[in-house]
Amino acid sequence: MDFKLSEEQVLLKDTVRRFVNERVMPEARAWDRDEKFPLETVQEIAAMGLMGVRVDPKWEGSGLGCTELALVVEELARGDGSLALTVASHNGLCTGHINMFGNDAQQEKYVKDLAQGKKLGAWGLSEPGSGSDAVAMLTSAARDGDHFVINGSKIFITQGTVGDVYVVLARTDKEKGPKGVSAFILEKGMEGFSQKPMKEKLGMRSSDTAILNFDEVRVPAENMIGLEGEGFIQALQILDRGRITIAALALGLGMGAFEASRRYAMERRQFGKPIAEFQAIQWKLANMAMELEAARLLTYRAAHLCDQGEDFSKAASMAKLFASEAAMRATDESIQVHGGYGYTAEFPVERYYRDAKLCTIGEGTSEIQRMVIARHILKDAAN
Amino acid sequence: MEFALSSEQTLVQENTARFARERLAPSAKAREEAHQIDHALIQEMAEHGLLGVNIPAAYGGSEAGVVAYALALREVAGADASVAVTMAVTNMVSEVIHRFGSSAQKENYIPKLVGGEYFAGAFALSETGAGSDAAGLKTRAQKDGDAWVLNGEKMWITSGDQAGVIVVWARTSDEGTKGISCFLVEGDTPGLSAGKPEEKMGLRASHTVALSLDHVRVSDAQRLGQVGEGFKIAMLALDGGRIGIGAQSCGMAAAALRESVSYAQERQQFKKNLASFQAIQFKLADMATHLEAAWALVLQAAWLKEENQPFSQQAAMAKLYASEKANATVREAVQIFGGYGYTEEFKVARFYRDCRVTQIYEGTSEIQRLVIARALLKQAAQSQGVS
Ligand SMILES: Cc1cc2nc3c(=O)[nH]c(=O)nc-3n(C[C@H](O)[C@H](O)[C@H](O)COP(=O)(O)OP(=O)(O)OC[C@H]3O[C@@H](n4cnc5c(N)ncnc54)[C@H](O)[C@@H]3O)c2cc1C
Ligand SMILES: Cc1cc2nc3c(=O)[nH]c(=O)nc-3n(C[C@H](O)[C@H](O)[C@H](O)COP(=O)(O)OP(=O)(O)OC[C@H]3O[C@@H](n4cnc5c(N)ncnc54)[C@H](O)[C@@H]3O)c2cc1C
Repeated sequence: MDFKLSEEQVLLKDTVRRFVNERVMPEARAWDRDEKFPLETVQEIAAMGLMGVRVDPKWEGSGLGCTELALVVEELARGDGSLALTVASHNGLCTGHINMFGNDAQQEKYVKDLAQGKKLGAWGLSEPGSGSDAVAMLTSAARDGDHFVINGSKIFITQGTVGDVYVVLARTDKEKGPKGVSAFILEKGMEGFSQKPMKEKLGMRSSDTAILNFDEVRVPAENMIGLEGEGFIQALQILDRGRITIAALALGLGMGAFEASRRYAMERRQFGKPIAEFQAIQWKLANMAMELEAARLLTYRAAHLCDQGEDFSKAASMAKLFASEAAMRATDESIQVHGGYGYTAEFPVERYYRDAKLCTIGEGTSEIQRMVIARHILKDAAN
Repeated sequence: MEFALSSEQTLVQENTARFARERLAPSAKAREEAHQIDHALIQEMAEHGLLGVNIPAAYGGSEAGVVAYALALREVAGADASVAVTMAVTNMVSEVIHRFGSSAQKENYIPKLVGGEYFAGAFALSETGAGSDAAGLKTRAQKDGDAWVLNGEKMWITSGDQAGVIVVWARTSDEGTKGISCFLVEGDTPGLSAGKPEEKMGLRASHTVALSLDHVRVSDAQRLGQVGEGFKIAMLALDGGRIGIGAQSCGMAAAALRESVSYAQERQQFKKNLASFQAIQFKLADMATHLEAAWALVLQAAWLKEENQPFSQQAAMAKLYASEKANATVREAVQIFGGYGYTEEFKVARFYRDCRVTQIYEGTSEIQRLVIARALLKQAAQSQGVS
């Protein structure tokens, strides 16, 4: 057993933390209010090599592991959940999908730019009628010579309007259920491919979310990722990894809320003393710290299993479920610790509370995580 | 035991529900975006008797009682929580003037509040440094001949920049809770100025402002209650106010539950309605059970107040329980709506933001627990003293 991060990991975490303190925290409130996608800051993050965390240096990435991506996302979320979501989905979903399953030509053509942040990536699985039940997707891809013709729509797609490169899951066979889905790389500007921004979200307001529409979009067959019919299996593997980053994102939001609460509780005086001297407040801080510690252990363990090449699907679901629910409780309590001030945008905690709710919904809701975990548990027992 | 509403209470409930459905719910989002409630809407509410539900008819009120007030506020909050808080504070100000005011004060102010001539009344107790610890307030009132001169800063004042009359708490001596007195300050009094409305997570159509009092002169006739009686007045008013927050919480929870039930029956995943999954059914069952229990607590506290019995502990319990469960309910509502719940296109996102404050204002959850515990310990000490 070893519970310590390596020196390099500590250095990475500290570097991101410093960046967040200096460059992100002072801006996050305005980004949230104005629903502003902070492109310049994303470019600074790209310059730090953090838009291709897991990509091999051969394709211009940083060649790091799942653990490192989790650390980066955690630290970003400590300052701004939206920015963390941008970096998490760009790295984990779009870039990750092409990098893991694409051929060398696709790495050369797409991953290189994505890993350097020259292009932004989006990943489209969800549709208006199929969220949790992703297999029920209707978007279709029909072969026409050396092209596929894509029709349909996607919803809630992160980087949906700012993205340049899109991985899109579409049905190539109506009969085959999960085995009838394939993955394609689309580029912004392809004829018939349009994006409609979804503004006014409860949280994650400076993350870009959009509806994608495909009207007879002709995609070269060489843009298929892997083999026909493999798309859904690929997507599930991407989601397993994505859950670890969402767990890290939740953890970061929780930590941001916890640190703000501890600071505030020590400063704020009522009844002639700092409110940190009241047991009621101490208990809240103790619970937050304990739950976030447990969330961190689950998250790092899932990441570690992934890095070791071991089975990590159940661990990832547990981490995502626990961390997102712990983040909900921590951000909720942090508003409470701040009293009336916590209800205003002057302190970041109301934003953390709105942002955290995404973590129990995106990349598989809490209910879906429980289904996954239960399936594993029952299968394990049967074996 | 009797759980039925009287015919008058039923009438108030039905009329308010109709008003809320027709006149408030459809425009709530527009008001939130405009950060504004029109005075005309306030006047419409006055015509429906919503601004003085528990105020005698002699002053223009509906004289329908505390239970009816809770019923009405619940309906309004389910449609637009910002309107509900505005309504609640105005009712509260009328009630406190009615209970502690001179006949001149009652005749002068209550009809204007109840009749909608004023946009609202405001209740200015909190300060930047004095929230839970209200007795820590620093605003001062100094006697100058037959007048009082008020200086200080108030914080968090609902409708503070729009109110016709503001109840201001100020220190008249250094004797702790006994050194606080209460004044009626008209909105246009020289020296009184309001800050910009706070940027809040929710209740965005309701203005929450800082008030600055710079040599605000009011005559002694504007003093509400006795000198030194202010803190007691505040605590009694807040006891009643807590019934209101309990009712608002129930209104939001009921609306969130209603939206959730209908969405769960419409939305299909895995070729079934969401409502066919146990995970969703159990959420709905818990939401409904908590709402039922919370509402029973609120009605009990309202009934005790109406019967002129002690109700402070019951009001604290109602506020605490209703606000905590309402927040659990709106969170689950967003969850049931999935990604759609995360967009402002559906009402549940607004409920999520509006509801959070119910655990904070008019005494945080922690302060409610302190009130309840103190009452329990006092009761225990008294019964030991007897035996
Ligand atoms: C800000 C944001 C960003 C997103 N980014 C992306 C992205 O980049 N790419 C992408 O493809 N998608 C993205 N999504 C979509 C997200 O993955 C879906 O919202 C999520 O999977 C839930 O799907 P749904 O919204 O359709 O909810 P539904 O599936 O309709 O679920 C509604 C409710 O029913 C419950 N439920 C469903 N099925 C069951 C069952 N069998 N048993 C018990 N309960 C059940 C759910 O848990 C939930 O509580 C994003 C969403 C948001 C809000
Ligand atoms: C939207 C809004 C509208 C409002 N409207 C009005 C209004 O119209 N008029 C008005 O006068 N005020 C109003 N308020 C103020 C509100 O009543 C206060 O915010 C509330 O009383 C809490 O005070 P505070 O914000 O200073 O928090 P604090 O008192 O600083 O509390 C911070 C935290 O410490 C806890 N705490 C404090 N003391 C103790 C203790 N002894 N033991 C354990 N825990 C403790 C609290 O519970 C809280 O969790 C409003 C507030 C808001 C947000």
